[in-house]
Amino acid sequence: MVAPRQITAAAVIAAAVALGARAGYAHAFLDHASPAVGSTVPSPPAAVTMWFTQQLEPAFTTAVVTDTAGDNVGAGAAKIDPRDPAELQVPLKPLSPGTYTVTWHALSVDTHRTQGHFTFDVGQR
Amino acid sequence: MHRISCRGLAAVAAVALLPGAEALAHGFAGDRFFPATILTDDPFVADEMSLPTITLNPTQSDGSRELDIGSDLSALITPNWDFTIGSDWAHIRTPALPTVTGGTGLTTGTQYQLFINAEHEAMALADLDVTWRNTGNLSAGAPDFTTLSPTFDFGKGFGDLPDSLPWLKPLALTGNIALDFPVQTKTNGMQNPNDVFYGFAVEYSIPYLQDEVKDVGLGPPFNRMIPLVEFALTSPFNRGYGGTTSGTVQPGVIWAGQYFQVGAEMIIPTNSLSGHGIGGVVQLHFYLDDLFPHSIGRPISQW
Repeated sequence: MVAPRQITAAAVIAAAVALGARAGYAHAFLDHASPAVGSTVPSPPAAVTMWFTQQLEPAFTTAVVTDTAGDNVGAGAAKIDPRDPAELQVPLKPLSPGTYTVTWHALSVDTHRTQGHFTFDVGQR
Repeated sequence: MHRISCRGLAAVAAVALLPGAEALAHGFAGDRFFPATILTDDPFVADEMSLPTITLNPTQSDGSRELDIGSDLSALITPNWDFTIGSDWAHIRTPALPTVTGGTGLTTGTQYQLFINAEHEAMALADLDVTWRNTGNLSAGAPDFTTLSPTFDFGKGFGDLPDSLPWLKPLALTGNIALDFPVQTKTNGMQNPNDVFYGFAVEYSIPYLQDEVKDVGLGPPFNRMIPLVEFALTSPFNRGYGGTTSGTVQPGVIWAGQYFQVGAEMIIPTNSLSGHGIGGVVQLHFYLDDLFPHSIGRPISQW
């Protein structure tokens, strides 16, 4: 018999840790985006929308979309959807064919910070 | 207009009013998330706990086989300084001999985060571990002498590679090098050599691939997986033990969730001194900063 008491004790403590936690706290990771990360879209999107794995705090969550010259092509500030606090959207000016970079900084509701960036292309690559 | 919750107001107030009050993230350097690796020491301080780590080691030359059940805890004292404690329980079966069970000794440590460079996804850490004498069963491998082990740990993500190499950007390397200094050079007629220990982990992050490079459409559970290979070697270099390097190569995968991660690796000995056949290890690892951000998941002091 292989150490049943030790394995049981470890399992009980691990379960207690997991069950003792309050749900809803964690880092906000990017789940997916539209346009998708690294994708090419045939026509210019009206906005970049990102969905995160956790609810975001508006005051410290930002996203900027820039072209290859580094110019901001956003048509306004990034906004969190009030109906879905895990969704962040940046409205865009009319885009020309080219490569665009999305840079985001997120603060989840428990003050964990995360950040990231990705590109997408408009028009044929 | 956004409606901010009470919880949100507290978060905003904390970040706005208290320098450094934001929750410490485990294993982040810029866009890069480094998982807690099983064999290689992590290059970051954190509030975290591994429980359990179950290791079935390769068979040794005398035919013995050891199963270890371990746990370790790391707690932040300040945002850049933590304290660690860990121990294993061993179950050793040797042909024609009684089974041996017991603790393999208590290890404590203190770690300081030297730097985190977000732009280059790089970090480094200095660590002093102490393995304490007579804190386990000597027959199960617990030492009868205390050992001090100063260690240097580093991590580097490759997200700063040129855009012409997009598929290599999810790669990351972590590693450490340690020197073991036994407090007593000889106990019970046996020499206790100095060892040099070095380990590396090469990781390929699927989350990084899909969040930073290209969304290839992998869904759960694959979108949170980080395949990796770990290497570790121990080389005694004096007191008659020179040339007896042993080590393992451990390919596997870590699944990193929001609150915990699960890792599994094969254990392949590098030479006959390290055993023969294949072993394996599985680990459940908790992110205490995410599970308990307002209590044990925060530094004791913000100093």
